[in-house]
Amino acid sequence: MNTAEYKGVFVFAQQVDNEISGIALELIGKGKDLAKDLGTEVTAVLVGSDVKGLADELAAYGADKVIVVDDPELKEYRTEPYAHALASVIEKYKPEIMLVGATAIGRDLGPRVSARVHTGLTADCTQLEIGDFPINPIPGKEQLHNQLLMTRPAFGGNTIATIACPNFRPQMATVRPGVMQKLPKVEGAKAVVEEFNPGFTPDNKYVEILEVVKSVVDTVDIMDAKILVSGGRGVGSAENFKLLDDLAEVLGATVSCSRAVVDAGWKSKDLQVGQTGKTVRPNVYFAVGISGAIQHLAGMEESDLIIAINKDETAPIFDVADYGIVGDLNKILPALTEKLKAELAAK
Amino acid sequence: MKIVVCIKQVPDTKGGVKFNPDGTLDRGAMLTIMNPDDKAGLEAALRLKDELGAEVTVITMGLPKAEDVLREALAMGADNAILVTDRVLGGADTWATSTTLAGAIRNLDYDLIITGRQAIDGDTAQVGPQISEHLGIPVISYAQNIKVEGDSVIVERQYDDRYHVLKAKMPCLVTALAELNEPRYMTPGGIFDAFQKEITVWGRADLKDVEDSNLGLKGSPTQIAKASDKVRKGAGEKVTLGAAEAVDYIIDKLKVKHVI
Repeated sequence: MNTAEYKGVFVFAQQVDNEISGIALELIGKGKDLAKDLGTEVTAVLVGSDVKGLADELAAYGADKVIVVDDPELKEYRTEPYAHALASVIEKYKPEIMLVGATAIGRDLGPRVSARVHTGLTADCTQLEIGDFPINPIPGKEQLHNQLLMTRPAFGGNTIATIACPNFRPQMATVRPGVMQKLPKVEGAKAVVEEFNPGFTPDNKYVEILEVVKSVVDTVDIMDAKILVSGGRGVGSAENFKLLDDLAEVLGATVSCSRAVVDAGWKSKDLQVGQTGKTVRPNVYFAVGISGAIQHLAGMEESDLIIAINKDETAPIFDVADYGIVGDLNKILPALTEKLKAELAAK
Repeated sequence: MKIVVCIKQVPDTKGGVKFNPDGTLDRGAMLTIMNPDDKAGLEAALRLKDELGAEVTVITMGLPKAEDVLREALAMGADNAILVTDRVLGGADTWATSTTLAGAIRNLDYDLIITGRQAIDGDTAQVGPQISEHLGIPVISYAQNIKVEGDSVIVERQYDDRYHVLKAKMPCLVTALAELNEPRYMTPGGIFDAFQKEITVWGRADLKDVEDSNLGLKGSPTQIAKASDKVRKGAGEKVTLGAAEAVDYIIDKLKVKHVI
């Protein structure tokens, strides 16, 4: 493979129901940094049915160019037609970098495409930069410049590894939502828009969608919250989450939870923080009755301020909490809510 | 029906995990287990076997000691077990791993392949979809329910804000979520049988339609530039307080940090 033939930073602009997903804008934001270091441009790849109208929004957030693959087969996400679309774009346009969101869609699409175009894929990256590989010169080994260095957590967040893909292109990564920053919106910004349709002929790899069942929960995205009041198994019951709801209301916060709470059926999956849930980094994270399994810590430890309340003084959550209170949440929360109410009313 | 289930032996990162004083993981404390998503996948296969009659073959790629998870799978009720092990396979990334497993699976008759969504050591969720691509069959990942109807599978596939009910013609690959089911325990009879059964061991020569250049470390497109244990920021203050004192303490901290 002649890696020098591959140019440009491409991002998969995920849309669902013809609405651009936040991760697409985050990837454009990060892509701009990388493109600047490489002296190249950012191209958004927009795949769907009747989606051309979304190109302006991608431009407003920094895309220099938008490639639109528009076909009725692409209405709802399905692995095969989307993989065909993205792999065909890669084969035709030869990008040096291809970024995809580490969402339930991107983590399905990415591996299928990487296997098809024969390149490496680094999953769930939390940091991307341009640098040398090997990072430090090794005698007898050529040091390559302008490589994408992809950093990701592994072992449930206990180790971090930086990965390169020196001999194959594109260098592909899926990127965790909520980690990269989108750019400020520039109204009226325009991108070069190009339509490309590789042709879609259903074969054995096309699956049939029998039903689409949408979550009916009124979703406040916990990834956007400035303050999270997060509950774990220690809260004791679905009803007892009222204590957290009350505190959240006074603080203008959002309630989230640990995996144990989702498994118990007390809260829905979209409120789950952690390795198999969402990564959050609010200004304040209250961990209430959460023991702090490492999978949970991986999703919240970047929060600016962590306040933990747990009756078990050996709970691992105290290892990452800025302020840990060993005590009874059933007594502390109602009292805290009342006192905060009074404090805030006095202001 | 013939079902192939891919399983992996992983370090147990749940429970009993302790940090060293410097914030890194105390690896000495970790045992190995069958990866939880894979175990749910195996349970799904065994339920299809109970319901419809199926031959369930488990396969793993790893060091010789990965035999332990194959024995466990046999004790749960799998019919056959295959260990793919060879020095030339070492250091494989997901691309080379999926190439290897696809090369092994090409030797088998199968209607359905089930893998876990992801392993708790790497968390990549890549190997299942990549195997399906190498074999040219459809994939349905993130399965929260699996049914078989005639020559098709019907799967509930989880997304962030919805699920799809999908139908695929077999042969097909499905990746299973741990929440799919509650895996059964090994039975005493099963454990006894498991140690009577032969485990098939395959090496490089047994892989079908695979080039040497696509295996192991040298067949891996991704390479590690740097790896380190994550240094956590470390514990802050920890206090044991009654409710009234705790409230004052928290409010004081929120004021100092200008939250209120």
